[in-house]
Amino acid sequence: MATIILLAPLVGALICGFGWRIIGEFAGQVITTSLVFLAAALSWVIFLTFNGETQHIHLLTWIQSGTLDTEWAIRLDRLTAIMLVVVNSVSALVHLYSFGYMAHDDNWHEGEHYKARFFAYLSFFTFAMLTLITSDNLVQMFFGWEGVGVASYLLIGFYYRKPSANAAAMKAFIVNRVGDFGFALGIFALFFLTDSIRLDDVFAKAPELATMNLSFLWGEWNAANLIGVLLFIGAMGKSAQLGLHTWLPDAMEGPTPVSALIHAATMVTAGVFLVCRMSPLYEYAPDATTMITVLGATTAFFAATVGLVQNDIKRVIAYSTCSQLGYMFVAAGVGAYPVAMFHLFTHAFFKAMLFLGAGSVIHATHHEQDMRNYGGLRKKIPLTFWAMMIGTLAITGVGIPLTHFGFAGFLSKDAVIESAYVGSDYAFWLLVIAACMTSFYSWRLMFLTFYGESRAHAHDDHGHDAHGHGHDDHGHGAHEPHESPMVMLIPLGVLALGAVFSGMLWYNSFFGDEAKMRAWFAMEAVAEHGEVAAEGDHAAPAEGTATEATATETHAAPAETHAVATAPKGAVSILPYGPEELESVKARIGFHEGEGHHEPVNIIAAAHAVPAWVKVSPFIAMVLGFALAFQFYIRKPDLPKRLAAAQRPLYEFLLNKWYFDELYNAVFVIPARWLGSFLWKKGDGAVIDGTINGVAMGFIPLLTRLAARMQSGYIFHYAFAMVLGIAALITWMSLSGGAH
Amino acid sequence: MTGSDFNILLPEVILALFAMAALLFGVYTGKDKTTGLITWATAAVFALLAVWIGVNGEGARTAFGGMFNDDPFARFAKVTILLSAAAVLVMSADYMQRRGLARFEYPILVALSVVGMMMMVSAGDLMALYIGLELQSLALYVIASIRRDSAKSTEAGLKYFVLGAFSSGLLLYGASLTYGYAGTTLFSGILSTLGEGVPLGLLFGLVFMLSGLAFKVSAAPFHMWAPDVYEGSPTPVTAFFATAPKVAAMALFARLVYDAFGAIPADWTQVIAAMSLLSMFLGAVAAIGQKDLKRLMAYSSIAHMGYALLGLAAGTAAGVQAMLVYMAIYVTMNVGTFAFILSLERDGKPVSDIHALNMFSKKEPLKALAMLVLLFSLAGVPPMLGFFGKFYVLKATVDAGMVWLATAGAVASVIGAFYYLRLVFYMYFGKETDGVESRMGAVQWLALMASAAIMVVGIVNLMGIDPAAAIAAEALVR
Repeated sequence: MATIILLAPLVGALICGFGWRIIGEFAGQVITTSLVFLAAALSWVIFLTFNGETQHIHLLTWIQSGTLDTEWAIRLDRLTAIMLVVVNSVSALVHLYSFGYMAHDDNWHEGEHYKARFFAYLSFFTFAMLTLITSDNLVQMFFGWEGVGVASYLLIGFYYRKPSANAAAMKAFIVNRVGDFGFALGIFALFFLTDSIRLDDVFAKAPELATMNLSFLWGEWNAANLIGVLLFIGAMGKSAQLGLHTWLPDAMEGPTPVSALIHAATMVTAGVFLVCRMSPLYEYAPDATTMITVLGATTAFFAATVGLVQNDIKRVIAYSTCSQLGYMFVAAGVGAYPVAMFHLFTHAFFKAMLFLGAGSVIHATHHEQDMRNYGGLRKKIPLTFWAMMIGTLAITGVGIPLTHFGFAGFLSKDAVIESAYVGSDYAFWLLVIAACMTSFYSWRLMFLTFYGESRAHAHDDHGHDAHGHGHDDHGHGAHEPHESPMVMLIPLGVLALGAVFSGMLWYNSFFGDEAKMRAWFAMEAVAEHGEVAAEGDHAAPAEGTATEATATETHAAPAETHAVATAPKGAVSILPYGPEELESVKARIGFHEGEGHHEPVNIIAAAHAVPAWVKVSPFIAMVLGFALAFQFYIRKPDLPKRLAAAQRPLYEFLLNKWYFDELYNAVFVIPARWLGSFLWKKGDGAVIDGTINGVAMGFIPLLTRLAARMQSGYIFHYAFAMVLGIAALITWMSLSGGAH
Repeated sequence: MTGSDFNILLPEVILALFAMAALLFGVYTGKDKTTGLITWATAAVFALLAVWIGVNGEGARTAFGGMFNDDPFARFAKVTILLSAAAVLVMSADYMQRRGLARFEYPILVALSVVGMMMMVSAGDLMALYIGLELQSLALYVIASIRRDSAKSTEAGLKYFVLGAFSSGLLLYGASLTYGYAGTTLFSGILSTLGEGVPLGLLFGLVFMLSGLAFKVSAAPFHMWAPDVYEGSPTPVTAFFATAPKVAAMALFARLVYDAFGAIPADWTQVIAAMSLLSMFLGAVAAIGQKDLKRLMAYSSIAHMGYALLGLAAGTAAGVQAMLVYMAIYVTMNVGTFAFILSLERDGKPVSDIHALNMFSKKEPLKALAMLVLLFSLAGVPPMLGFFGKFYVLKATVDAGMVWLATAGAVASVIGAFYYLRLVFYMYFGKETDGVESRMGAVQWLALMASAAIMVVGIVNLMGIDPAAAIAAEALVR
C-alpha cells in the first residue's frame, strides 16, 4: 500500500508530463489528480489503521560501494503516516483546486499549453516529497530533499516570462544550496562516524556520538552537537528559518496553488520533519537543540513583525508561514517532537486553506494581490469569506481557554507555547508576543479584504506597476469580483473541516494524553514510572526509573558498551530528564509534590504541568491582537497611516523586512558579482583571451613571416643556414661536451 | 667475402640485379612503353622482398666483417621502406602516365635508391653508410628533376643536388674526423674506443655526421631544401621523398648514434634534442604561411621529423621504439595524404593550391571525410592514430626525464594543429569558389581510404607493429 502511495504521483507525473500530447491536456490533468487522490485515500487508510510499529518496505537496492550500502526502502512509522496524510491530502486538494485556478491565465498567450506541465510538476513534487518522508536512510532522504527543491524551483519559475518569477526561482534554489550544503556535511559526518547512513544504525549509535569529538573547521566539536547543527542548517534552508528565510516571501511569485502546497503545507515543513525524524540524535545534542529553540523563536517573532505591515496578501501569509515554522522548531528544539508534528499537522490544513482562500480572492479580483485595493469583498464572495474566516480563527488560535475545545490552531499552538515555557523563557515570551502579532496581522488581512468599502478604484495612483504584479491589460476596475467555481470551493470546504476539527480530534494522540501519545508513536510506555514518581519515590534517581521504563535508550548508553546498540523504539525519541535537569524544570513550572500531578519526568509531562496563566497567555495575546486590529481597521481606519507616519523608521524597517535582502545583497551578492565580473572581464577576457589571442594572432604569424623570409629560394642562403647551424652545434659541443 | 656474406645480403643483391635487368629490358624493348609493366613489377618485387624479410628474417647476423648488419631493427626499417615505396609507386603510375612523365627509368631509379636505403639501415661501418647514402641520394637527385622540360623541376633537382653534395661533404668530413680519432671506420670499433674522456675531435666528427644526416631527414636547421624541392618536383616524387627516404635516414640516424656512439648518449641526445625542438617549431610555424599543399606537406614533414627525433633524443629503448612506431604511422598517413593530393586537378592540370579545397566536402563527401581523418591524425587529434604516435614519443621523452622537451613538443603540436585544421575548415566551411576535380584511379582511392581507415581502426593495437618495434629497438639499444 505504501508503495502504491509513493509511486502513484510519479506515474501521474510521467504520464502527464511526457504523454499529454498523446492523451490530451485535460486527460493528463485528470490522471494526475485521480492518482494523487488515490494516494491520499490510501494515506488516510494507513493513518487511521496503522498500529505505529515501524516497518521497513524494501523496494530496490540502490547504491553499493564499499561500506556504503543504500537500499531504496520505505520506512513506515507514525511520523511517516502523519506526513503521508498531510502531503497527499493537501496535494490532492491542490490538484483539484488548480483545475479552476489555472483554467485561464494571462501569463500565457492564446493556444499555449501550460496546464499539463503544471500538473506534472505538482505530481512530481508530490513524489519527491513522499520520497523524502518515507526514506529509510539519509541519502534517500537527500534525494527527496533535492527533488522537492527542483520541483519548487520549477514551480516558482512557472511564469517564466516574468523576470521577477525567474529571479525568485533562482533565489529559492541558491539559498537552499546553502542549507543543503550543511545537510550534506551532516550526512557525511554521520557516515564518517557511524559507517552507515541507515536511520536505524545512526539512531543506535547516537549515544556514542554524544561522547565523540570531531574536528571541523577551526576546532574540535562534540560530534552529536555538530551533526545536529549541520542537519539543522539544512532544515533552516528548506524551512526558511531566520538567516535563510529570504527566499520564501519571493517564492510567492509562483502560482497560488503552488504556494499553498509547497510553500505552506508541505515542503517548508520538511525541516521540522527532519528534526523530528532525527530526534534520537537530537536528544543527545543539547547545544544543537538550544540553537534550534532560539532560532525558531526568533524567526517566529521576526516573521510576525514583518507580517504586520505587508500589503501583498500572499506575502502576509508567507510571513505567517515563516513565523509558524518558527513555532514548530521551538517545539522540536525543546524536545517536544510530537507537539512539533501536531502543529505541523494542523498548520498544514489551515495554512493551505488560507492560501487557497487567498488564491480564490485573487482569482475573484482578477489577479489583484494588493490588499489596499480590496475591501468589502464579504458580500461578493461569501463562500471564500467564510473559508478565510475559519482559517483565520484557526491560525489565531480561537478556543475556550483551559479546555480542549477550539480550532486546530488553538490546540496545537497552545501545546507549543506550553512546551516552550518548560524549555526556555526567551522562546516562551517571543512566542506569546508573536501570537499577539499573528492575531493582529491575520485580522488585518480579513478586515482589509472583506470589510469596509471597496477600494478597487481608489488606489489607481499606486496602480499595478508599483508592486510588480502588473497585468496592465487587465484593469481591475472593469470587472466585478465573482465567486470562484466549485472545483476551487470544494478543496476549501474540505480543508475547513481539517482546520476546525483536526486539533480536537488528535489532541490527545499528539500531546494531551502521554500514555496514548506513546502508544500512538509506538514509544516505550511510561505508565509504571509515572506511578512510582507520583508516590514520591525520591530515593531512586530519575535516571534509575528511566532505565526500567525506556530500557533500550539507556542500554545504548556508552557506559554499558557490552550491550548491543539498537535503535530506540518508536517514531520519535524523548529522553527523560536527568536528576539536575528535573529539579530545574520543577522549579520553572512551580511543581509541588502531592498535588496529584505526575512527576514531570520529561518534556511532555512537564508541559502538562505548567501554571494556568501560561496556558491562558496565548489566548490573551490573541484577544489583544484582535482588539488592536479591530481598532485599527474597523473603528479608526486612518489610525494605521498616522501611526506609520509617526513611527516612520520602525515602519520602514518592518516594511523592508528588517533589510535582510539589502544586507545579503551588499554582503554576498554584490561582492560575488564583482568577483565574477572581474574574473570574466579581467581574468578570462584580458589575461587568458588576451594572451592566447596575442600569441595566436600576433606572435606566431610574426614567426611565420620570418620563416617565410628566410626561405628566400637562393641556394647560398640555404647553404649559409646549414653552415650557421653546424657552427652553432660545434660551438655548443666544444663548450659543453668537450669538458669531459 | 664469402658465400655466406652474400647470403645475408641476398635481398639487396636481388633488388640490385632486378634493377639492372629491368634497365636492360626497358632499353632493348619498348622503352617508355614498358613503363607500366616495370612499375608494377618493381612494386611487386618490393612487396615480395618486404614479405620475405618480414617473415624469414631471424636473429642478428653480420656480414663483411661487421660492415653489414641484419638485425630486427634493420628488418623493421626495410619492411617499412619497401612497403611505402611500393605503395607510392603504384599510386603514382596513373599520374605519371597522364602527365607524360611515364619514363621507364623512374621505377628503376626508385628501385636503386631503395637498394641504397636498405644498405643505409643495415650499415655497420662508415664506408657502408656513405655508399648506401650516396646510392640513395644520387637516384633521388635524378628523379627530382625527372620533368626535364619544367624549370621548377630542374631547379628542384639542382638545389637538391648542390645542397645534398654539401651535406655529403659535411658527413664525409665528420667521418674522416671520426676515423682519425678512433682509428677505425667500423661502428663497433668506434664504440670500443669510447671510454673516459672522449676527445673533442671525435665529438666534432659526431656533430658533422649528425648534421649530414639531419639534411637527409630534413631536420632544422638543415631543412631549407625541403620546401623548394617538394614544391618543384612532380607530385609522385614528392610523395616518395616524404616517405621511404625519411624512414631510411631516420633509421640510419639511430643506427649511427647507438651502434657507434651508444656509450656517450649524453653528448648526442642534446644535439638531437636541439634539432628536434627547432624542427617541431619551425615546421609548425612556417607551415602556417604556406598556400601550396606540397610546400605545406614539406613543413609538415619537417615537424614530424622533429617528433621522431624526440624519440631518439630520449636516448632509451622506449624512445627508439616510439620513433619506429611514429615513423610507420607517419609513412602511412603520408601515403594517404599524397594519394589525395595526386588526385587534385582543375581542367586537367594538377592543382596544389590550398584554396582549391574550398567546399570540397560538397562534391566528394567520402573523400573529404577520409581526408579529414588523415588531417586530424597528422595534427595529432585523438582518437586518431597520429595522436598515439605523438603520445608515444612524448611519453618516452617524459620517462627519460626531459619534461621540458615534451612540453615544448606539445605546444608545437598545438601550433601545428592550426594549418591542418584550416584545411579541414576549407573543405567543410570554405567559401564557394571554383573548386577542383578529384580524379582518382582505383589504386589511389584504395590508398586514401585504407590509410584513413587505418588511422581509425589502427588504434586498437597500433597497427600491430608495436611488438615488432619493441624487438627492433631492443636489438639496437643493447
